[in-house]
Amino acid sequence: MVTLQDLKRINDYEWEIPKSFRPDMRVPVRLFATRRMLEDVMKDKSLEQAVNAATLPGLVGNVIVMPDMHQGYGFPIGAVAATRLPDGVISPGGIGYDINCGVRLLGSHINLETAESYLDDLATALNQHCPSGVGENGVVHASEAALEAVCNQGSRWTLKQGFASEADLRRTEESGCVEGADPAKVSKRARQRGCPQLGSLGAGNHFIEIDLVEQIFDDTAASVMGLEQGTLAVQIHCGSRGFGHQICTDYVEEFQGVVQRFGIHLADRELVCAPLNSPEGQSYLAAMRCAANYAFANRQILAHSARKAFEQVLAGKLKDWHLHQVYDICHNMGKIETHIIDGERMQVCVHRKGATRAFGPGTAELPDEYKAIGQPVLVPGSMGTASWVLVGTEASMTQSFGSTCHGAGRLMSRHEAKRNVRGEKLRQDLEAGGIHIRAGSMAGLAEEAPQAYKDVNQVVEAVVGGGIAKKVARLLPLAVIKG
Amino acid sequence: MQPRFGFRENAHTADWELEVWAPDLACLLEQAARGMYALSGMQFKPGEAQNRIVRLHAADAEGLLVRFLTELLWLAEQQGLGFEAFSIQLDGRYNLQAELGGYAIASVDKEIKAVTYHNLQVQDTAQGLRVKIVFDV
Repeated sequence: MVTLQDLKRINDYEWEIPKSFRPDMRVPVRLFATRRMLEDVMKDKSLEQAVNAATLPGLVGNVIVMPDMHQGYGFPIGAVAATRLPDGVISPGGIGYDINCGVRLLGSHINLETAESYLDDLATALNQHCPSGVGENGVVHASEAALEAVCNQGSRWTLKQGFASEADLRRTEESGCVEGADPAKVSKRARQRGCPQLGSLGAGNHFIEIDLVEQIFDDTAASVMGLEQGTLAVQIHCGSRGFGHQICTDYVEEFQGVVQRFGIHLADRELVCAPLNSPEGQSYLAAMRCAANYAFANRQILAHSARKAFEQVLAGKLKDWHLHQVYDICHNMGKIETHIIDGERMQVCVHRKGATRAFGPGTAELPDEYKAIGQPVLVPGSMGTASWVLVGTEASMTQSFGSTCHGAGRLMSRHEAKRNVRGEKLRQDLEAGGIHIRAGSMAGLAEEAPQAYKDVNQVVEAVVGGGIAKKVARLLPLAVIKG
Repeated sequence: MQPRFGFRENAHTADWELEVWAPDLACLLEQAARGMYALSGMQFKPGEAQNRIVRLHAADAEGLLVRFLTELLWLAEQQGLGFEAFSIQLDGRYNLQAELGGYAIASVDKEIKAVTYHNLQVQDTAQGLRVKIVFDV
């Protein structure tokens, strides 16, 4: 068990569990958090899970945990770990079942004052245009051939189908398509699950939200992103649906035998992995990329649906109701990237599970318009609380493999939240606070109650204080659509 | 005194943890299935009973548990079926044949993404078998 005494203070925002903490650790664990947040961190097993993750073969640098960390399975949520190529491992449990779960932000020039009377209609229209709920089918029922194209092309497929613009793709991580996907590495079951669900939100903590750009902290960056104080924005949070869940399930199962063959000893069976240069590791990487591309396409189709909803409600009433893409980020991904580690430039597989890529200014992978300001980072808060737009920094490149936090992070178990919060009462309270709610399940709503999460403002203070992100804008929720 | 078999939800920050106990593995699998359905808030439609036969193999008890529950999630999503009658046969080498009787699903409150292997260990205690299963939700 990790205690406060086991943490070595690096500075006010960084703490370390040294490699000597447990003999099987291969690298230290670095934690970004304020002293005040550490009390909450100790309430669950997230740091133990981070220590377990630090035992994987081929790790380099540190296992990083973000201030929004919480207990997950295998890796904690909010973890970043990099393994060296070619013989380090890739672990599906270090990426998560919802492969390329992520967030998209759309900005607008719609002033709240002019649109306030339409918010309820917008919430209804978004709920109608964007299918949500458990196992719900999507806007598109893809054929087998279309699914293959989605696997290979991601958002590029949606561009050909009329769901996207070139600007949308440019302002998406990886331009909406990770190269190296291979649909042949995806099971029949995953395909069966994937075909009907394209363009759907799902359930759980996934949502679509209409926000108000409440405050700007960096005028230049906000201006480049097209974010203006007092205007509406839309966030879409979802991933690869049953397609990604099935791919992860398939490979966690397959890798149970692989670790024995490679003589890899695990602290937890959910950490199963395979060397990146093994046929099994390559197969998972290729299948995972299919799910990543599916998720990019999924969020793109939902963005198209959100635009249709805005058009339906606002066309002819407001002059400019267009929603432009600010950025689309992934927070559950495995990526081959080049980083400088201990002074050495090396190719690594960066596992981000509940952590956002946050590349700093000048990074080659960014679209031209963002090269000077750094990559936009989207940090949704809990339902009914603020969300943040940040940018990556030079320091994030050296301290956290170009990564930062991904959200508020859970504090209370779902069981406890359900016990303490009544979904219907929560809905009434949020609506009394001026937030329009559309939710498929009151039990699901209760589990996502704001009090079940950490304070996202504290999370942001910790990553900004730690130097791995900079503030650009704060958003406040006006309408929430949940499955 | 605790019943000989059953399940309960334990606190888990982000996901769901189900603790299950039973005198033997077949009963443990059945209780785990019932617990999973209960957690997801599954409701059946009144109507004609549906039967399915599931055959699975795994290397150990934990693997069988994950595969069995994963199969039930698959049948729920793809065929819209949930089950309340379980006849589970095991041969001692982790080969399973389950005859399942159930109904079409009317509604589910919460989506279960996956059954995980996180710290999964079927423990043989003086009272029987006991396991904690973490579901990704």
